[in-house]
Amino acid sequence: MNELLRLITLQDANTRLVLLGTGVLGLAAGVIGALAVLRRRALVGDALAHAALPGVCVSFLVFRERSLPLFLLGALVFGVLGVLTMNAIRRFTRIKEDAAIAIILGSFFGLGIALSGIIQRLPSGNRSGLDGFLFGKAAGMVRDDVTLIALASAAALLGVAALYKEFKLLGFDRAFAGSLGWRVALLDFILMSLLAIVTVVGLPAVGVVLMAALLIIPGVTARFWTDRLAPHLVLAGIFGMLAGLIGAGLSAVLPAPQSALSRGFPTGPLIVLVAGTLFVASLLFAPGRGLIARWSTARSLQRRIHDEHLLRDLYELQESASFKAGSVPAPSIGQIAAHRAWRMVPLRNAIARANALGYVTQTRGTLALTASGREKSLRIIRSHRLWELYLHEHAGIAPDHVDRDADLIEHFVTPELLAKFESQLALGDADPIRTGAAMGVPLSLHPPGASAEEAPR
Amino acid sequence: MNAVISLPLVGELYSYDLWVIATASLVGALCGVLGCYLLLRRLSMLGDAISHAILPGLAGAFLLSGSRDLAWMLLGAGVVGVLTGVFTAGLHRVAKIAEDASMGVVFTTLFALGVLLISFAARNVDLDPGCVLYGLLEFTPLDTVVIGGMSIPRATATLGAAAVVVLVVLTILHKEIKLVAFDPALAAALGLRPTLIHFVMVALIAGVSVVSFESVGSILVVALLVTPAATAHLLTDRYARLLALSAGIGAASGAGGYLLAKHVETWKVDGTALGTSAAGCVCVVGAFFFVAAALASPRHGVLSRLYRQAALRLRISREDILGMLYRAAELRDTGLSTRDLRGGGGNATTLALAMLRQRGLITRADGLWRLTTEGHATASQFVGTHRLWESYLAARLGLPPDHVHQATHRAEHFIPPAVREKLAQDVRSSQRSESPLTDPHGRQIPGP
Repeated sequence: MNELLRLITLQDANTRLVLLGTGVLGLAAGVIGALAVLRRRALVGDALAHAALPGVCVSFLVFRERSLPLFLLGALVFGVLGVLTMNAIRRFTRIKEDAAIAIILGSFFGLGIALSGIIQRLPSGNRSGLDGFLFGKAAGMVRDDVTLIALASAAALLGVAALYKEFKLLGFDRAFAGSLGWRVALLDFILMSLLAIVTVVGLPAVGVVLMAALLIIPGVTARFWTDRLAPHLVLAGIFGMLAGLIGAGLSAVLPAPQSALSRGFPTGPLIVLVAGTLFVASLLFAPGRGLIARWSTARSLQRRIHDEHLLRDLYELQESASFKAGSVPAPSIGQIAAHRAWRMVPLRNAIARANALGYVTQTRGTLALTASGREKSLRIIRSHRLWELYLHEHAGIAPDHVDRDADLIEHFVTPELLAKFESQLALGDADPIRTGAAMGVPLSLHPPGASAEEAPR
Repeated sequence: MNAVISLPLVGELYSYDLWVIATASLVGALCGVLGCYLLLRRLSMLGDAISHAILPGLAGAFLLSGSRDLAWMLLGAGVVGVLTGVFTAGLHRVAKIAEDASMGVVFTTLFALGVLLISFAARNVDLDPGCVLYGLLEFTPLDTVVIGGMSIPRATATLGAAAVVVLVVLTILHKEIKLVAFDPALAAALGLRPTLIHFVMVALIAGVSVVSFESVGSILVVALLVTPAATAHLLTDRYARLLALSAGIGAASGAGGYLLAKHVETWKVDGTALGTSAAGCVCVVGAFFFVAAALASPRHGVLSRLYRQAALRLRISREDILGMLYRAAELRDTGLSTRDLRGGGGNATTLALAMLRQRGLITRADGLWRLTTEGHATASQFVGTHRLWESYLAARLGLPPDHVHQATHRAEHFIPPAVREKLAQDVRSSQRSESPLTDPHGRQIPGP
């Protein structure tokens, strides 16, 4: 409890630094990564992070100095080199983008491992802190690291702000951007360079693979919450920042596992897991695009369709029965089920809902429409039959082919559209098959329970 | 132990080294064969994703079973590997996230989970992330099992078993995998269940990743799953050859990588022998093969394509020069200067002139180029083709005479003798006159 208090009040200077560093890094990585995801280059960040490793080794071999800025410079050079090679492979050979990314990732990283193997056996060697670049050591951040992260992040965010319009078009319609005369390849390269800058400064903090996560996950997460680019980028930044802050905070608070390898709870994986949790939460709970929201929309639509089908079934059964007997009997539930090949559970549920709304009355296993139910069923049946008539008269579809189509459409016909149908079909004339019995409801083109000869002509 | 082979640049190789080479080649061949499927499905990064994502499977299997037994590791990795495929496909389909992005979300999260699990498990086990990453190719022969009275490195034995499984599955499902790789929709329409085939392949890749891990490390698996397949893809257009080539290139990368690492050991700095990671060298050699193929593949290489383009440009240039000289001689009985001939293409023209002169088709006098007798024969053949095509366009397509030249100027270089013969017959029958034939501009059509 004491530790939590210390964390929240930011009393510990080191924790303050780490939180600042990971938060800013998450913000920048989220924004840039969202653009990369939009540009369908989500995994380039991963390849870039791997491709930077030989740069670190070369920098050490050349300068023989263990200095972070020099390491990062080497990493940046090789990251950009990786992007250029990737573009060259894509452009000049038949190898596709995905394979180009994977080739760069594997080859550059392999080169890095070979070089770091050489460095390790050098008399002055011992991997020179290279492992930190692979797995990250956020908890060991010092003031200079944070300054560097802040500078690089600010540069990347400024770049995005300056080229916002260009990146937006690049992401949505590259061909159109090219036709406007923009240097699309150059813009692409600038975007990838900004990505490289953020990736490279993030490497020492969270490591290679987890840097890729920080680039991809917030951008994908934000997509669940909005359809507009500017809020998307802001949200991605916020999600990235939250992941950085909460992850680093958790790692400071949680007790370290008793392991020979790590001195604290590993920060990088925690940051990624927080990002992953935010993703899963958004995937489930986001309004509109989230799975639960979509599921409930689909469910309520399905219910409405069932309700409307029930009312139409009742009307149709009564209609056909009245042709034969001249009375209006109440159909049994079995008859209704047979009429539309209902499954029993949805049918019973629909009946229960209709009963509750007072559209039907149920007596000894038979159902009858009430006055309000009949009125409502007339609206649905009009929608169904007007669409059938419309298909028949204006699209020339045979009467026995229109029913299924109308079955799907009837639930979505607006009153305005109905009025349009009525005027176009000129229902005012005296043709009995078109004006029908009640309230302007046309008779069915294919009356149920009646053969073609028996149909009222 | 006695040296078995001695190689230049590398030095003496002992049976120990040969076992390492065999192991590395086996990994290369296995990954090479499986990588072809990923390449053709455009899912190359799935290899990267799976080889990272199985980490929690390994750690989880260890935490649950308490043993580092291969069977447990295979089970854990297989389950999580297939889960990676399922999650990726599920996110793509249900949540409408782009395939690469959903892959990125899934495998990084799983990897983070794995690192975390390992940091719990690592208290009493050598599941070291470094080992998982780089592998210890150089040390595989130290751990041996006895099979049939022979002492074989354990990694080689397990990889051999994996190779048998992969070969059997690939042979049985050869036709299905081929179809699913090229056209999943058609495969589904034929009732082949592409999703099932896909997950069989994903499971195979996950399994091979695990058995390769200890020996070569995850990064090598990633590289070997894509680079040999991509290299082979640059060299052939046939599926069976793609598989064979990819396996061969993978094996060659494995063997070459180890030899490169041995070669580095002969370097000395300040009197100390250097050394490096064999796994890293395998990636480097694989990349070298790829670059070589990308540049020099006979059909798809960058240099070969440049050469073909240059050769075509030179031929067009030569034919144009012959045509211009023929027309100049025909109209004004004169030659043409280099500047007249040069037109747009400078260097190609100069080179083409030199070639024509060397073949004895043109000569130069008083700064003017003229056709030799031999050159005149060649040129009349070429100009004849030009005028036949013009006549054909005018007669059959009804193009006006002033519209046929530009079209012909492009087509003339690509009319083979057989087509020329047909054109001649056609024009002869349409003009119906006694020879000689004339083109739409009223000029005589030369040539046989």
